[in-house]
Amino acid sequence: MTLTSSGTQTGTAQLPVQRAHRRRLVVVGNGMAGARAVEELLERGGRDQFAITMFGDEPYGNYNRIMLSHVLSGEEDEDGIFLNSLPWYAENGIDLRAGVRVDRVDRFAKVVHDADGGRTPYDVLLIATGSSPFFPAMEGMHRDDGTMLDGVFGFRTLDDARALLNSAKVHRRAVVIGGGLLGLEAAHGLATHGVEVDLVHSPSHLMNQQLGPEAGRVLRGRIEALGIRVHTGVRTKGLRGTDRVTGVELPDGTVLPADLVVVAAGIRPNVDVAVRSGLDVQRGIVVDDRMRCSSGEDGDEGPADGVYAVGECVQHRGQTYGLVAPLWEQAGVLADHLTGTRPDAEYHGTRTSTKLKVAGVDLVAMGLAGPERDGDEFVVFSEPSRGIYLNVVVRDERLVGATLLGDVRKTAFLTQAFDQGLPLPQERMALLFDLGAPSDDVGVAELADDAQVCNCNGVSKGTIAGAVADGCSTVGAVMAKTRAGKGCGSCKTLVEQVVQWAAGGDLAVDESASWYVPGVPLAKPELMTAIRERRLKSVSAVFRELAPGGAEDAKSKMGLTSLLRMMWPEGLDEEERDGRFINDRVHANIQRDGTFSVVPQMKGGVTSADQLRRIADVADKYDVGMIKVTGGQRIDLLGIRKEDLPKVWADLGMPSGYAYGKSFRTVKTCVGTDFCRFGLGDSTKLGIDIETRFQGVETPAKLKLAVVGCPRNCAEAYVKDVGVVAVGSGRWEVYVGGAAGASVRKGDLLATVDSPEEVLALTGRFIQFYREWGNWLERTYEFVPRLGLERVRAVLVDDSDGLVAGLDERMQQTVDAYRDPWQEGAEPVTPGQFRSSLPLVDLPLVPRRPAGAPGGLAISEVAR
Amino acid sequence: MSATTTSHRVCPLAEIPVGEGRAYVVAGEQVAVFRHRSGRVSATQARCPHAGGPLADGQIDEGVVVCPLHLNAFDLATGGSTGDQPALAVHAATVDADGTVSVQLTGSAS
Ligand code: SRM
Ligand SMILES: Cc1cc2nc3c(=O)[nH]c(=O)nc-3n(C[C@H](O)[C@H](O)[C@H](O)COP(=O)(O)OP(=O)(O)OC[C@H]3O[C@@H](n4cnc5c(N)ncnc54)[C@H](O)[C@@H]3O)c2cc1C
Ligand code: SF4
Ligand code: FES
Repeated sequence: MTLTSSGTQTGTAQLPVQRAHRRRLVVVGNGMAGARAVEELLERGGRDQFAITMFGDEPYGNYNRIMLSHVLSGEEDEDGIFLNSLPWYAENGIDLRAGVRVDRVDRFAKVVHDADGGRTPYDVLLIATGSSPFFPAMEGMHRDDGTMLDGVFGFRTLDDARALLNSAKVHRRAVVIGGGLLGLEAAHGLATHGVEVDLVHSPSHLMNQQLGPEAGRVLRGRIEALGIRVHTGVRTKGLRGTDRVTGVELPDGTVLPADLVVVAAGIRPNVDVAVRSGLDVQRGIVVDDRMRCSSGEDGDEGPADGVYAVGECVQHRGQTYGLVAPLWEQAGVLADHLTGTRPDAEYHGTRTSTKLKVAGVDLVAMGLAGPERDGDEFVVFSEPSRGIYLNVVVRDERLVGATLLGDVRKTAFLTQAFDQGLPLPQERMALLFDLGAPSDDVGVAELADDAQVCNCNGVSKGTIAGAVADGCSTVGAVMAKTRAGKGCGSCKTLVEQVVQWAAGGDLAVDESASWYVPGVPLAKPELMTAIRERRLKSVSAVFRELAPGGAEDAKSKMGLTSLLRMMWPEGLDEEERDGRFINDRVHANIQRDGTFSVVPQMKGGVTSADQLRRIADVADKYDVGMIKVTGGQRIDLLGIRKEDLPKVWADLGMPSGYAYGKSFRTVKTCVGTDFCRFGLGDSTKLGIDIETRFQGVETPAKLKLAVVGCPRNCAEAYVKDVGVVAVGSGRWEVYVGGAAGASVRKGDLLATVDSPEEVLALTGRFIQFYREWGNWLERTYEFVPRLGLERVRAVLVDDSDGLVAGLDERMQQTVDAYRDPWQEGAEPVTPGQFRSSLPLVDLPLVPRRPAGAPGGLAISEVAR
Repeated sequence: MSATTTSHRVCPLAEIPVGEGRAYVVAGEQVAVFRHRSGRVSATQARCPHAGGPLADGQIDEGVVVCPLHLNAFDLATGGSTGDQPALAVHAATVDADGTVSVQLTGSAS
């Protein structure tokens, strides 16, 4: 590391350069609190007052630590979580020492000593060192030489998340120690990668810091439904393994096998720099209401000269925090002081609320978990079978605690009531359910300007309103500008409400987020009702009747076509071909040069010599650019000219494989009982039967299936929209909501059934349910978690809503209406349906495989 | 050098399905012609300025065409991209009394 910037001395180098009138601010710790404090400072014009240097142990800019849970679960990628990239520091004149650790501070000389040997003088020092995972003492955790066993991880930094992700790719079994927020998020993240997870928690119920025993029990049910095995009231005795961890030993002698172990048993403030610098430290670095540190010298504890601290490393009024909301307030108060904007600003502590970021498990907890004093009112609603538990604690007409598990609709109101001490409805049940409680709008209007809306990024109602006033006209634009809603995402609804409120009547606001398509201002259920009531049977009729001004919208047509075809399986009034995307007009997938790919149906991945011969002949005859075996177990002919499509189909004499549509695509299968020595069920036959039944069915987004003959899972059924696994004795497991594309998610076990017929019935029912309730372009890996597996199972397996008969019937109608679209080759539906759209461009533009090479031209073709 | 506009008769209207586009070569230029549901016609260059996508295969409404490759939208009246792509050449287009589509191309007179 070279130290070139002014103000730094290496060894005996020159004296620090005087920086005019600007005071030198050195920040130790470039995490969420340190960087936020600097941002707040800059916002108050601090750039003119301070020359800023930041030290960060981690070799990055500043990222949103709370999103690491989403990175681990694959819901977010690394790039998406950066708050301030490296160039941001340069642009704001900040000298960032990324990857440099500070050792100690000489408070008398006012110099910071770093691990690279550099010495940096300061006028004002800010310590924001955060905290570290706490590793409880466990037998066998260290090797003989004192180093930690391989395979044991904390979960705090981006490097930790990366290491965990890598480990999840190659290992099968994990044990997570600790069942608090972090442990649960780590366990869920690992489980989404198909890792088997055991979670060991020594208190008697999960998230015991935030929840009472009953809520903890309900939560446990939810977590177990994700496939995570939970052990509560059990203390880990020790780790097994000599070099790498192999298991976790419990007090009763049981050993849970493990290839990796995540320790999430709490955090400890990073106080070593402060201790070494003689600052007053108890559990954390002690600060006063102005975030000033104190030093205990001379027996009298007074403010230390020019030294401040913020974030998880501090202890304020006896309290340490492990959430971000307090940091925002602390950073604001600090910046008010340092810049002189509000010299009397004081920090008085924060009332925190916790949200669990585990997909499919909605949980919000704030304040007390239950009544503590005589006279505390306690209202509870518990429905464990549906995974719902709600409570509120009221003291002296103020909300002092709330737990919402499984139904978080009242979050916005309760959070505000908790933070602001809003008046509570007399009828206490209205706190938990909508019984005429203040409507959301009223709630939003009543909020104070400085009420925090997004806790993750510390954005207030006033800031959001300001962004709207400055011209942001959509929720998206406001989110981009203020970062509200870009943390854990749980406040999005509230952000939307505030934006709408701030935009008043004249909103250009995108409530559109909930619309089925952008051009018709209705969510899917309302849109379907309107279509049904008015019997709208064409895309133009929908626009005419339901769109603002009756205007057509090009980007809405495809979604509407799909919806109408789903709703009216017997056929539409008039086939409006312009409602279809090009792929669905010519039944092939358009490619980068305007040619198309042709994927004939090959049910279950099974083909015949005759089919292969025909494919080979077609490839020769039509100069096919590449012949490729797809990831969907069939054969793709790439680079076909549009005008050749009908002839290609005719020569193939095979039906369409629908590789282009938002529709049922393929069923991959393995060889199953016919050939495989492990096979427990005839997966090949069942796969073919499924594909035969549901071929071509249109769906909100594509649908990929697989059937495997045993849990070895050779055709990847665990990661399919619908995956079927034979488990022996004639039984089959049906998984839904899995995928291994841009998102990787293991499917959820919907049910285990006793026969192939039941698999077919349940699959059809699920597909129809998804068709009717899934949003446009929403894959099942989003749909199933959105509804929650319990809900899906209740509807489809237990028929809780009496929908099953209707779903089955409508699916049957759809199946009956199937017609192979490649038949259109013989009789084009519109003039010029297969006419080239690029007459002058010499085809092919996509690379051709060389003659004679695999997949390339036949020699005969070249010779001709 | 002065620009001259020449009108070319391109195709019978019936050759273009309602709401769709078709590509033609007009005086050596590739042109996409669209038939709106309102009965109007529009014409643009046939290749998408983004990455050469075939605009005649796109989807339209009364105002824009959406390219089939990466779904960029272009205003059919001005050629401007609704995102940040370069603009598209647009040509005046009409339906003659006998039901033939005419496209006016503006070129530099030699
Ligand atoms: C041909 C094929 C690749 C291959 O050579 O094997 C393929 C090719 C394309 N895939 Fe795929 N996918 C192919 C199997 C897969 C698989 C594996 C599978 O099906 O088992 C996956 C992951 C599984 C999944 O989706 O759950 C896959 C995940 C994607 C995704 C990511 C979807 C997601 O939501 O995560 C896209 C992008 C999208 O749909 O928006 C995509 C999109 C595409 C498109 C259609 C891009 C496009 O819109 O033009 C590619 C078309 C290329 C072309 O010019 O024809 N393809 N794609 C495979 C065809 C399978 C088939 O026979 O039908
Ligand atoms: C996986 C995960 C999920 C979370 N989810 C939530 C959530 O949903 N909601 C919520 O409110 N909170 C959540 N948190 C907690 C939240 O991330 C922390 O409260 C917040 O990051 C604390 O900020 P900080 O700046 O005090 O500490 P940090 O963000 O840890 O920053 C401290 C920085 O200082 C550096 N540092 C330490 N010592 C030195 C030194 N001597 N020299 C140089 N640099 C040093 C560290 O490397 C680190 O980069 C989560 C945390 C994790 C790990
Ligand atoms: S992985 Fe990407 S490049 Fe390859 S086929 Fe799929 S979409 Fe196309
Ligand atoms: S080529 Fe038209 S949008 Fe990319």
